Amino acid sequence: MFIDIKEINKIYMDQDQKPNTVLKSINLSIRKGEFVSILGPSGCGKSTLLSMIAGLTDATSGDIFVDSKKVVKPGKDRGMVFQEAALFPWLNVSENVMFPLRKEMSKEEGLERARHFLAMVQLSNYANLYPHELSGGMQQRVSIARSLAMDPAVLLMDEPFGALDEQTRSRLHGQLEKIWTDTKKTIVFVTHSISESIKLSDRIIVMGTRPGTVLTDIKVDIPRPREEHKTEMAVLEEEIMELLKKEIDKVVDEELAYEASS
Amino acid sequence: MKPVVKRIIFFAALIAFWELGSRLELWHETILPSPLSVYESLAAGFSDFTLVYDLAASFRRLLIGLVVSLLIGTAIGILLARSKTADDTLGTMVLALQSVPSIVWLPLAMMWFGLGEGAIIFVVILGGTFVMILNVRTGIKNVNPLYIRAARTMGSSGIDLFMKVIIPASVPYLVTGARLAWAFAWRALMAGELLSAGPGLGYTLRYASDFGNMSLVIGVMIIIGVVGAVVDQLIFQRIEKSVLRRWGLEN
Repeated sequence: MFIDIKEINKIYMDQDQKPNTVLKSINLSIRKGEFVSILGPSGCGKSTLLSMIAGLTDATSGDIFVDSKKVVKPGKDRGMVFQEAALFPWLNVSENVMFPLRKEMSKEEGLERARHFLAMVQLSNYANLYPHELSGGMQQRVSIARSLAMDPAVLLMDEPFGALDEQTRSRLHGQLEKIWTDTKKTIVFVTHSISESIKLSDRIIVMGTRPGTVLTDIKVDIPRPREEHKTEMAVLEEEIMELLKKEIDKVVDEELAYEASS
Repeated sequence: MKPVVKRIIFFAALIAFWELGSRLELWHETILPSPLSVYESLAAGFSDFTLVYDLAASFRRLLIGLVVSLLIGTAIGILLARSKTADDTLGTMVLALQSVPSIVWLPLAMMWFGLGEGAIIFVVILGGTFVMILNVRTGIKNVNPLYIRAARTMGSSGIDLFMKVIIPASVPYLVTGARLAWAFAWRALMAGELLSAGPGLGYTLRYASDFGNMSLVIGVMIIIGVVGAVVDQLIFQRIEKSVLRRWGLEN
C-alpha cells in the first residue's frame, strides 16, 4: 500500500503525570490516488494521527510508511494544509507559494510554478497581494496551492475548511474535488463533518474516542458528482451519525461523571 | 472637527494664555519667560548656528549609540530566546539591569572612557540595549507555532527555518523594541549631556541654566520634546502600524 500505518499508539502524560492514551493500536492502509477522510468527534486523535503522517509528531510506538519509506521527520513528499491557512504575512501570495521551492529551482521557474497552481485555485489575479488582504477562503486556497506547488505525493488536510462559512466551504469542496481529479494526488482529509466526508471521499475512516481507535472503514460508492445523489448521501449520513452518536454519548457521560466527582 | 484642527487650536490657546500671563505679569519673567522671548532666544541660537551644532552633536551620539544598542540587543535577545541556560543566567541579569536607569552608569563610564564622547555614548547604548534584548527575546519566543509547523512540512529546518521564518515572524516585536530603544536612548542621551561637556542639546541646557538664561532653557526643552515626538510619531509609530497591519496583529 502507498501509506501504511502500523500499530500506532500515542500516550502522553497529563499534568498529574497520569498516562493518557490518545491513539490505540491504529492500523490503516491507503492506496495511491485515494481520497480518504478521517472522521471523528473532537478529541479522538485524528489530527494527531495526521500530524504523525506529516512527521510533525512522534508516535509512542508503531510505524508509518509513505511510499515504502518510514516517516521520521517532515518532508516535501507530504504537503500539509492546516485549519488556519498558516500563510507567512511578510510574503505576498506568490512568494508564499514559492516558499517551498526556493532551494530547488530558480526564481523564474518558481514564479512560473506558482502561477500555475494559483490558476488552479483561481487566484491568478491575487498573486501580488499580501495575506491580510485576502478573505479566509482565499487564504486557504493559497495554502492549498502552496502545498501542491512542491508536488507532494500525499496531501494531508487537517480540517482545512473548518473555519469557513458554509457557502465558501461548499465552493471549495468543488474546487478540491476538481484538483484531486486533475492531479491524482493521494489525499488524507481530517474532518468532524459527516456530510463533508461523504461528499468528498472514496473511503471514510470513522474514529472513536477515549482512546482513539478506528471504529469502521466505510467505502463510499456513490458516483461523482455526488450532488446528484442526495438520497444515497443522506442514507449514509444517517448510518454514520448513528455510529458516532454512541461515541459522543460516551464523551458526554464521561464529562458529566467528571463534573459530579469534582 | 479633525484632530489636527483640535490640536492646533489647543496649542494656540495654550501659547496665547502663556503670553497673556507674562504680559499681565502674573509671574515674573525670570521664573517663566514669555513665549516671545523663548522664540527670540531660539531664533538667535539657530541664526548663530550654536543650536544647529548642538543638534548635530546630539544626533551623532544618538545614532552611534542606537545602532550599537540595536545590534547588541538583537544578538543577546536571540541568545536568550534560543538557550535556556543563557536565559536562566544572563536573562535574569538583564531583567535586573533593565530597571537601573542607564544614567546611573555615567560615573563609572567617566572613569572608563573619560569625560568625553565615549562616556555619553556608553550611557546611550545601555539605555537602548536592555529593552531591545527583552523585545527580541519575547518576539522569538512568541512566534506562532503554526508557522513553524507549516515551514517544517515545506522542508525548512535549522538555520533556514530560523532566518526565513522565525526572524521575519518576530519583526513586529523587533520594531517595537527599536522604538522603545530609541525613546530610552534619547532620554539617556539628554541626561548624559546635562552632566558632561559640550556641544550638545543637554549641555546647552545646563549652560543656559548656569547663566540664568531661562528662555533658552525652555527653548532647548521644546526642541528636545519636539524631536522626541516627531521621530516617535512620524517614523517609528508609522513603521510599527504598517507592520502590525501586514502581520495581521492589528486589533
